Formats: sequence, structure tokens, C-alpha cells
Amino acid sequence: MANITLLINGSERKVEAADDEPLLSVLRNRLGMTGTKYGCGVGQCGACTVLLDGKAVRSCRLTAATVKGKVVTIEGLAAEGNLQPIQQAFLEEEAFQCGYCTSGMVMAAHGLLSAVPKPSDDDIFDHMNGNICRCGTYQRIMAAIHRAAEKGGRA
Amino acid sequence: MKPDVTKDAAALETSAEVAERAELEQHAVEPLRHLFEVSRRDLFKLLGSGLIVGYCVRKGLTQESGRAVNRENESNDLASWLHIGEDGKVTVFTGKVEMGQNIRTSLTQQVAEELSVPMSAITLVMGDTDLTPFDMGTFGSRTTPQMGTRLRTVSANARGLLVEMAAKRWNVDPATLSVKDGMVVSQKAGKRISYGELTHGQKLVMVPEADPEPESPAKWRIAGTPASKVDGKAFVTGAHQYTSDMSRPGMMHGKVFRPPAFNSKLTSVDTKKAEQMAGVTVVHDGDFIGVVAGDPGLAQKALALVEVQTQAPPQVNDAGLFDYLRKDVDTETRGGSGGRGGNNAGSVEAGMASAAKTLSQSYTAAYIQHAPLEPRAAAAEWQDGKLTVWTGTQRPFAVKEELAAAFHISQDHVRVIVPDTGSAYGGKHTGECAVEAARLAKGAGKPVKLVWTREEEFTWAYFRPAGVIDVKSGIAADGKLVAWEYHNYNSGPAAIDTPYNVPNKKVEFHPAKNPPLRQGSYRGLAATANHFARESHMDELAQLAGMDPLQFRLKNITDPRLRAVFEKAAERFGWGKQKATRQRGFGIAGGFEKNGYLATCAEIAVDARGQVRIVRVVESFDCGAVVNPNGLRNQIEGAIVQGLGGAMVEAIHFADGRVLNGRFRDYHVPRFRDLPKIEVELIDRKDVPPAGAGETPLMGLAPAVAGAIFSATGIRLRGLPLMAKPLELKG
Repeated sequence: MANITLLINGSERKVEAADDEPLLSVLRNRLGMTGTKYGCGVGQCGACTVLLDGKAVRSCRLTAATVKGKVVTIEGLAAEGNLQPIQQAFLEEEAFQCGYCTSGMVMAAHGLLSAVPKPSDDDIFDHMNGNICRCGTYQRIMAAIHRAAEKGGRA
Repeated sequence: MKPDVTKDAAALETSAEVAERAELEQHAVEPLRHLFEVSRRDLFKLLGSGLIVGYCVRKGLTQESGRAVNRENESNDLASWLHIGEDGKVTVFTGKVEMGQNIRTSLTQQVAEELSVPMSAITLVMGDTDLTPFDMGTFGSRTTPQMGTRLRTVSANARGLLVEMAAKRWNVDPATLSVKDGMVVSQKAGKRISYGELTHGQKLVMVPEADPEPESPAKWRIAGTPASKVDGKAFVTGAHQYTSDMSRPGMMHGKVFRPPAFNSKLTSVDTKKAEQMAGVTVVHDGDFIGVVAGDPGLAQKALALVEVQTQAPPQVNDAGLFDYLRKDVDTETRGGSGGRGGNNAGSVEAGMASAAKTLSQSYTAAYIQHAPLEPRAAAAEWQDGKLTVWTGTQRPFAVKEELAAAFHISQDHVRVIVPDTGSAYGGKHTGECAVEAARLAKGAGKPVKLVWTREEEFTWAYFRPAGVIDVKSGIAADGKLVAWEYHNYNSGPAAIDTPYNVPNKKVEFHPAKNPPLRQGSYRGLAATANHFARESHMDELAQLAGMDPLQFRLKNITDPRLRAVFEKAAERFGWGKQKATRQRGFGIAGGFEKNGYLATCAEIAVDARGQVRIVRVVESFDCGAVVNPNGLRNQIEGAIVQGLGGAMVEAIHFADGRVLNGRFRDYHVPRFRDLPKIEVELIDRKDVPPAGAGETPLMGLAPAVAGAIFSATGIRLRGLPLMAKPLELKG
């Protein structure tokens, strides 16, 4: 076991975890932050996407003990209860059905908009192709990303 | 329409539901029917005073005029459906479950409509076997036609009672009163009173014995409008708690041993090393071996130390699958002559003999997996001999029975609660994960959560049945169908009958006796394979007749609603306006299932390597009066994308009892790059009761794409998935 200090959503969190424990497991099982989802555990579905220093990463592929930098999860995205434009856009386009992929989608899209404020469809394909929505709401997710971009991206 | 809600479920079945039930029988989950008994005292305790509207499910209770308002101690053959509190809050109880199909919203709309309250005043309690009335399950696109109708009727009853109460209070004729925004209003007297005030301090139980006419869809103001998901915000903030997110005080995490192959026998088991690990409990009971630990990682490590030797028998591989399915027919119990539903007419032999042209072809569909993004999950807790399990299932009451049977306890000692679930698509009818979690919790003496891994979900969940479909047909010189013989081996009877006019037909379903994989329900069931075979064959007949695929179909259709969806889709798509080239093709397909009509047009692009991309899809859909056009569009768009996976690439590969591609890397599901431009044309029939729409919109894509590939390349593909390998383009 290792004593780990993580910077998550602006707070320092000290946690004891296994040496090889993925960040996803630490978030969900040790810190009770279940907004980040398990979908495959091997980086093939994107459900566990979080931001590390502003960049979208798969938390199932990161060993928590080696994580240096600022982690932002879906719980920490809305600043003081105000939804980010991308969250608002997902709501307005209703870009989900069961919602299980939504955390990962929102975080991946937020990462994209940070890097590319006005993404093209091709940018979205390139950046988001690793995120699976099994309910098939891709068309609405793309519309939501464009909508958020129109409204000023990440605000 | 007078909704008939006084008969039991079986009497309500339409022919489509008969087919659905046939599908259920096929994987032996025929439900038991029983009455759920609710203690009304408990509900008042839970929700406070006010009005409870129940629904009497007693058999033999026929429609009588009048309604009864009773005090608390009436017969308990009552399932409670609705509570209106003193604060005006409305709580609705339904055994249906939410898994992304958006019924929490569409049912809320319908209650809001009939009660005339804002949607925000309504809460739905769903899929909780202690609180909600018995329900067979959420499948078969039955929520909208059945539960929607029932809740509208219950709400209309409540509205009637509230109006009567206000009339009595004001001593006026109830006919002079109306309802608006949770109030009974007297325009004449200039008075209004809220529902909460009317029921204040009372414990009223209403058992209606007659069904008032719910509001006609033509007059809807809340239903019929594009409502947003009622709890949408919880999904964009990560706040919604799925089963896999559950936590209970003192909860542990479980893992279960899986043998390397299906049908394995365990020849030796050694759990000593795992048992020696600190903080680990091993549960070994017959062929069940599981471990429990404080975190899933530790449980996984412990499981890896369990030493098991197994032996598996020789098994059918996917390579020889379709020959096997044709030979392995279960002739004793089902299928065979007549198959399902008596779909025979005239004489196929005479029809074939009279035909100007005949055709005989075979079509296949692979085993596929639902791959819901939230895998099976359950959290189980034993307390004083009573078991509570939270799990994502489509059939909470069936899972309750499964649990009671597995642990030899009475059903009133089991409670199943279904948190809104991370999708299912027909794949979560069963309770295997619930049973496993409960067994682990029993062994550990603590609450245990079990979340299946992606590999487990791909391997140990049941599969959509594979099938072979043989079609023989004949047409007259003018292009009219004269003979139709159709045999479906194993994929299922849903939508097996043809909606086209044909005087001589024989349509049969032949289930396999020993299918090589565990098979079960899938969104739309066999309607996908049957539409693929039938509509592909219709395309081939059109070619034989020298006719345009659309014109050929229209020549053989009488049903005006089926004709309408074809014409609408074709118009929006611009059917026939563009000529196919070697790089670009166009296809059309349609049909009827579960009281929904659909037609789908597809445009595809073929590259030099023989790869196909779906560029554009137009779908026209008619499911009667539309309850929530926003939710419906979302369902249709999603169904098209899901259909795209099975149409193009999804197939489970297996050999020697092992799944060979049980990961998202190896089993390709549709992703952003696969997305075509999707356009949906809704036909909103206010004059027709609403039908369900979660499944049927999926049916048209595969045959439309197959037709489009043919139009571009002349290559007719007759197996799903179509793009198992690139097209073999000539020259």
C-alpha cells in the first residue's frame, strides 16, 4: 500500500491505495467520487475520462501513485454550482440517453474545447473517437460540442 | 379508445406481444404472475397523508360503472399507483425501470397531462419490488402502450375524485369545475383550491372500478410536446448513482471465478492461498467460487490465487454455426409446422407453380452482444434474514423470484431495487449478478457489491441469437407477390410475418434445440434479422422484376400507414433522384413491428479498398400519437446507430466454448467516426394510441445498407454483419 496525495478538483486529498491501483479505482472506491465511470478498465471506452492538467486522460490507465498534476473530475467541473458551457450544452441538446458515458464524454469534450475552442467535425472525430456511447447519441453530442463552442467553449 | 385496464396482462397481449412472449419462452424466463400486495399504511407512513389511488388487479373484476372511495382497511388486492400529498406533490409508482429509454420523462408527462400538474411536481418511484406494483418487466416496447395508458387512467381517476371533492366542498355541480396547475377551479364562482388543500389531513384510498376516458392525444398540452429528461442535470454533473456507484455501510467488494470455457466442469479447487490473504473471504459453494475484500483490487488479487482445474466438452464453433443451426432444430416443443401465430395462407406450392419468376435465397445473422456501457452490477445486503439487492435489471420482479428460489427463502423476504440503469437493450432480463452478489454477501456476512468486468459482460451475459433464414418466393409478371415461404432457424419469431400482400405463404420459426451460446432477448429481438432477410429478399425480387425497389414494395403494400412511411422517407431522402455509382449507393427498407411503422433510406460510400461507410440515413417512423418528440427522436437516432453496429461489423467469435473477441478493442461497436448524418421524419398520428418506440426504429438500417451496397457494386451481401470483410470489388 502507498500513501498518496492527489490534487483533485482543487483540493489536496490524502489516500492510502495499492501501489498499482488505477486512479479510477482510487476515485470511485476510496474517495467515493463515483461520477467517473468504469466501462472497460483498459482504456477502450472513455467512460473513465478525467482531466489531468487540463488534458483528457483515461483514469483507468493511470496508476494513482504516479499521478502528478491537477486532476479534475466531473464532480469538479461546475464552478460553484454553475454548469460549464459544455455541461449546459449537453443538457440543451439532451446529448445522452442512459447517461453512463456522459461523464467521460463531457470531460473529453471539455478537454477538446480547451485545446481547440472551435473544433470542426473532424476534430471531434479525432478527439472523441475513443469515447463510446452505446445508446448512440453521437449526433447530439457533436451538436452539444458545437453549441458549447459557440457559447465560448470552456468559459 | 377505451383503455382496458381491468384485465390481467395476458389478456392485453397483441399479436406482437405474443411473439414477444414466444421469445421469452425461448430462453426459459416465462414469468410467473402474482399479485403484489401493498400495505397502504406503509405508504402513508412513507409519504404522509393525502390521496392514494390504487388500481384493482383482481381477476374477474369487470368494468362497472361508478367508482369506490374507501377508507384504509379494504381488501389488499390492491396495487397503489399514485399518491397526492398535502403539499401537492405527486408520487407515482411503477414497476417499469429507466435505462435510458427516457420513460421516467414520458410517463411523467402523461401523469402531468391527466392531473394537470407541472411535471416538476411529480416523482416516479420505479422498479422497487417493495414499493411498486408487480410488473412483468421493461421490454417489448410495452411501457408506452401499457404503462402509459394505465397511469393516464389512474391519473384521470384521481382528477375526477379531486373535482368531486371540490364540488362537494363548494356545493356546486362537478361539471362546472375544471383543473389547472394542481388546482380545481370554478370559473363561475371564481374559486380555486389546490389538490393538497383538498386532501389535507386525510388518508384517502381510492380503488376505481371504472376507467374514465383519458384525454385524447389531440387535446394534449404537456404530453405530445418535446420534454427534456426530468433529471438530466444529474447526468452532466456525475451526481446520478447507478447500481455500480452504490455504497452501503460496511460494504465489501466481490469477484467471481469464471472458468476458461462454457460448460466447464471443475475438477479440482484449491482456495487456501486466497483464504490466507488478510481481509479476504472466500465463498465456495458447489461450482460457485467467489472472493470478498475491502476493495475490488484486493478481491481481484485474491481471485487470481484461487487454483481451479477445469474440463470442458467439445463445443460448436462460430465457423460451423449456420449449418449447425439448420440441423439442430427443436422439433418437439416448438416451431415446426405452423411455427408461431399461424402465418400460413393459401398454397405455397400452387403459388410457386403459378409464378412468372421465382427466387430462393438464404440470409444469416451472427451472435452479437448488447455491451451496455454499465456492465451487470449488484449490491446485496442481508438483514435479519431479509435480502435487499440493488441491481440494474429490466425485470426486478423476476429477479426477486430468482433470488428467492436461489436462497430458498420466501419472496416477501426479498426486495429488489433498480436504480436508473446504464442501459440494457434487452440484455439485462436476468439476475445472475444479483444472485452472485447475494451469495457473496451471505458468505461474508456483510453487504457486497459486485460489478462485472467488461470481459465478463462480453462472455457470461447472454447473446442475441444467431440465425439462418431461408426464403423462397414467386412473383407474377406484373411484380405482384404470389408465393412466400419463409423459415427462420433460431433467430426468433419477432416480426417474422411479412407485411406485404401475398395470397400463398408459409412462415415458420425453428428454434435450435441446443444453441451453442446462451441466448436471450435483444432490443427488437429477431425483428432485425427478419427485416434484414425479408427486405433484402424484396430488393432481390425487385431486381428480378426489373422494378425500382421502392415501386416494387409499394405495389405489394395495402396498409396505408406502411405506405406512408415509405413515401415520407423516400421524399425526404430524395429517393430516385441520384443515380448510384461505383462509389455511392442508395438503399431503402421498411416494415412494421410492435405497432410501429418504419422506413429507412441509406446512402453509402465505397472506397477503392472495398470499405463501406454509411454517409446518410433518413428514417420515417410512425408509432401513433407521439408522447415526447424529443425523447422519440433520441431513441430513433440511437436505434439507427445501434443498428449500424449489428449491420456492419458486430459479431461474437467463439471457439471451444470461449469468446474470442470479448473486448471493445476486438468487438467494434459504433463510434463517432462511424456516424452518418441522421435525419428523422416523425409521423405524429394523434388519432392512434401511442405505441412503444425503443426497438422498431432499429430494423430498417441493415437491409437498407445492404441494398445500397448492391446498388453501388452489384454485390449482394446476405449475412449480418455485412462488413465482416471488405467487399471484393472487381476490376
